[in-house]
Amino acid sequence: MLKNLCQKMFGRSLWVYHANSGGCNGCDIEVLNVLTPYYDAERFGIKLVGSPRHADAMLCQGPAMRSTAQALKRAYDAMPAPKLVFAIGSCACGGGIWFDSYSVLGPVEKLVPVNFYIPGCPPRPEAIIYGVAVALGLVDKKTAPVQFKQIELPIPRYHPGDLRGRDELVVYEKVEKV
Amino acid sequence: MSVLSKLKEALVCLKAGRVTLPYPAQAMPVPEKFRGRPIFDVAKCTGCGGCANNCPAREILVFDVCQEVRVLQYLGRRCAYCGRCADVCPEKAVTMSHEFENATNAIGDIKQRIELFMSTCQRCGRCFKEPTTLDQLKMKGYRFDDVAHERWVFRSKAYLDSEPVVDDIKIEWE
Repeated sequence: MLKNLCQKMFGRSLWVYHANSGGCNGCDIEVLNVLTPYYDAERFGIKLVGSPRHADAMLCQGPAMRSTAQALKRAYDAMPAPKLVFAIGSCACGGGIWFDSYSVLGPVEKLVPVNFYIPGCPPRPEAIIYGVAVALGLVDKKTAPVQFKQIELPIPRYHPGDLRGRDELVVYEKVEKV
Repeated sequence: MSVLSKLKEALVCLKAGRVTLPYPAQAMPVPEKFRGRPIFDVAKCTGCGGCANNCPAREILVFDVCQEVRVLQYLGRRCAYCGRCADVCPEKAVTMSHEFENATNAIGDIKQRIELFMSTCQRCGRCFKEPTTLDQLKMKGYRFDDVAHERWVFRSKAYLDSEPVVDDIKIEWE
């Protein structure tokens, strides 16, 4: 549904606002790298604007911090109504490796509702382009939760049924996989 | 003068040619030593929990359902892809893959969950040493052998009050 809405609402061009709420500047450099001629994001109509009032999407970098929480909320409220929020980098997705610090509140989804997550520390410029393409419905997302289960005990286990005495000596028999 | 300088600029631009990479149309190769998403190999993993102890972001959770079943859960939310889990793994069960296109609309999509059988010590019946004697007694896998019949009784779930819910492993933000 969000995909259809995105294609309808953001059909032509996406103006993004670049909000750093206390990151280390690595994701900012990668986002600006997307706009360079090498990864020319403007051919998709993506343009960086300076004010959240002009923007369709907000690129959040850095965790939600105590000092910048109000500013981030105000920037989100200032955006016009169909708005997308991208959390770029592991700080914005999950709080970063200083998630338990006194000044870090956690991921930005504690403050603003996040639509798309682009993990990476920092994410490659290709990953950011891929995330925007996923948001616009151009490509499908590649990740899915993975669950592995061992169905067989890898090491032979001694079963109590196989434990028999032989000449006052306990012998383990039948060493096989259970 | 200005026309000349603009012509000069145009010449420079023409000399540079087209540098834009055809990324969304073509796949981009990553460098050889690029560290992407860690992939956990369940066949090699012994469940030692070294990756969980070494993870600076505390993103790998270890949860013992009972003495024998151990659940390792990797939540890739704040993973910095530092590769310390791959470095510390004695069995080389963690490999840093070249996957970087992990953008999702649900953060649970980058989760990996491994359920492992843990083998118990044949002497003491448990795998780990608890810090205090009381903790050792309280341990789930503490054994109660059938002395009368001289049989080894498997009672790892003796101290679990109810059926364990595995799905409720969550990191508290606060």
